[in-house]
Amino acid sequence: MGLKQKTADLKKRMREAVKGGGSKAIEKQKAIGKKTARERILAILDSKSFHEYDMFVKHAGTEFNMDKKFLPGDGVITGTGTISGHPVCIYAQDFTVAGGSLGWAHAKKITKIMDHAMKLKIPIIGINDSGGARIQEGVNALAGYGEIFYRNTQASGVIPQISVILGPCAGGAVYSPALTDFVFVVEGVSKMFITGPEVIKTVLGEEISMEDLGGAKVHCEITGNAHFYAKDEEECFYQIKELVSFIPWNNELKAIPYPKKSPKKKYNIPEIIPADPRQPYDVRDIIKALADDSEFFEIQELFAANIVIGFGRVVGQTVGFVANQPLVLAGVLDVDSSDKAGRFIRYCNAFNIPLVTLVDLPGYLPGVDQEHAGVIRHGAKLLYAYSEATVPKITVIMRKAYGGGYIAMCSHHLRADFVCAWPTAEIAVMGPEGAANIIFRNEIKNAENPDEMRKQKVKEYKNKFANPYVAAAYGYVDAVIEPYETRSFIVHALEVSSHKKVRSPKKRHGIPPF
Amino acid sequence: MAKTTEKPVEAKRSPYKSLAVESIKYRTKLTTKYLKRKAYAPVDERKITAFIPGTIKKIFVKEGNRIKEGDKLLIFEAMKMNNSILAPVDGIIEKVNVKVGDKVNKQLVLIDIK
Repeated sequence: MGLKQKTADLKKRMREAVKGGGSKAIEKQKAIGKKTARERILAILDSKSFHEYDMFVKHAGTEFNMDKKFLPGDGVITGTGTISGHPVCIYAQDFTVAGGSLGWAHAKKITKIMDHAMKLKIPIIGINDSGGARIQEGVNALAGYGEIFYRNTQASGVIPQISVILGPCAGGAVYSPALTDFVFVVEGVSKMFITGPEVIKTVLGEEISMEDLGGAKVHCEITGNAHFYAKDEEECFYQIKELVSFIPWNNELKAIPYPKKSPKKKYNIPEIIPADPRQPYDVRDIIKALADDSEFFEIQELFAANIVIGFGRVVGQTVGFVANQPLVLAGVLDVDSSDKAGRFIRYCNAFNIPLVTLVDLPGYLPGVDQEHAGVIRHGAKLLYAYSEATVPKITVIMRKAYGGGYIAMCSHHLRADFVCAWPTAEIAVMGPEGAANIIFRNEIKNAENPDEMRKQKVKEYKNKFANPYVAAAYGYVDAVIEPYETRSFIVHALEVSSHKKVRSPKKRHGIPPF
Repeated sequence: MAKTTEKPVEAKRSPYKSLAVESIKYRTKLTTKYLKRKAYAPVDERKITAFIPGTIKKIFVKEGNRIKEGDKLLIFEAMKMNNSILAPVDGIIEKVNVKVGDKVNKQLVLIDIK
């Protein structure tokens, strides 16, 4: 064969491989609003940047007549490319090939691209669309999952790991996304569960649809397994590109800075925040008043909305915002919000992203359900994450900061580097009503008019303690500033802390309450 | 900005409610998860309930029977296992709410003890 024929042969082989599961399977995939694996990769990456690896890998099944079957690429496409110039490794399971099932060679392709990402120190994106383990390959399929999980864990905190669920992801397969940093889901397409509706029905007699059991909404609102919810795949890809722009390529780098921009004029703090601590407002408007171009990229928007987390930029530099949300459940801390914020803080710390914490909370959510759900150990995650974090930590106490909530929200005591408070701040051991009821119990009980006395005592307590100056007198807040000065406070804090170094005690690792 | 961030967290239809934390009432929105939480009820040992869905295989007691703690009340099949349900307390059977062969849901009261 001459070069010409050999080239023609190569092209033929490539055409075969690119066909995936064939036109019929592709049609079926498209009929339910799904793109093919290759289309997904191309839609996420910059045009012409995708370079595919291992196109000609053969599957490893020998039993049950599998040796006679040809599975193009063994049901997974892997490669490298760029997203707005950021290099990434990527893989996409191809549901049209044997249901995207995971066999030995399929897993080998995934682990190879994961190892590649670790060596190149760039993010890895995994697109999941698979029926699960390829049963015909038996224990080798399980081995494949195990190898992936191990690598997910090793890569955790070293390179960003992004999971995109664009189809079923059931049984053991769910644990790879669960081990990664960010999980993206799409309405009507994503399905994640350990045991499916069939098993639940046979064993427990409970009937539930796949969507209600483990659909996109469920994982965004109830379980907190997913971080980004999208109506369709297009929106999902847009979110992925946004995310990649905010994070560094690995844990030794900082996120690439953007040209600095001022916040938009319409976000004016004095107009956003009611002085009465009992009145709600949307804390995201405050974040927008602080972030460049008023751009805020929210994470886990639908889960535990009483705390808000996400990325923004301040003078071009990525920062992680953590803020109590008075709009939802008065911004209390509870099981879910502690878990949500705790994990995000650890993410920011792992990837050199400074933390800006905006405080306005009444305390912890009261209730038997919270206590029994373990608000003690879950709440402890937040304390642990803040205490452990060594990136620059900036805290703004906006209004109320009562009791344990004050300590937990990155107080000086947990080693915040910069704490400022607004004149509206109320830093106290508890809310004035509760405190007055305890301290002046006898005076109130013995008064001629107890209600009148209670009101008077609450007022006295409020005047004396519901302000930032008691804490400021002890040096627990570094500065009391006017709200409009907050952005320049943060800008300055970032400027002077860019070389911050903290030595933590030598240990293999801590024992966080997870 | 991600498209999703432009939607309100809680649908606009939900008006502000009041939430009390440490004797202060806050105007705020409540989440579905919060509204769906189960109210706490203390466990009543005198109500024998199905701990998972299953089938009644055998019943050993009748109304009016005097029973001692540890007596076998019934055999309840769930998840392919025959579970002997024993009396948690001494007492008298007030009512048997099921018969052999019944398929029961989780939390159904099978037997009341007086």
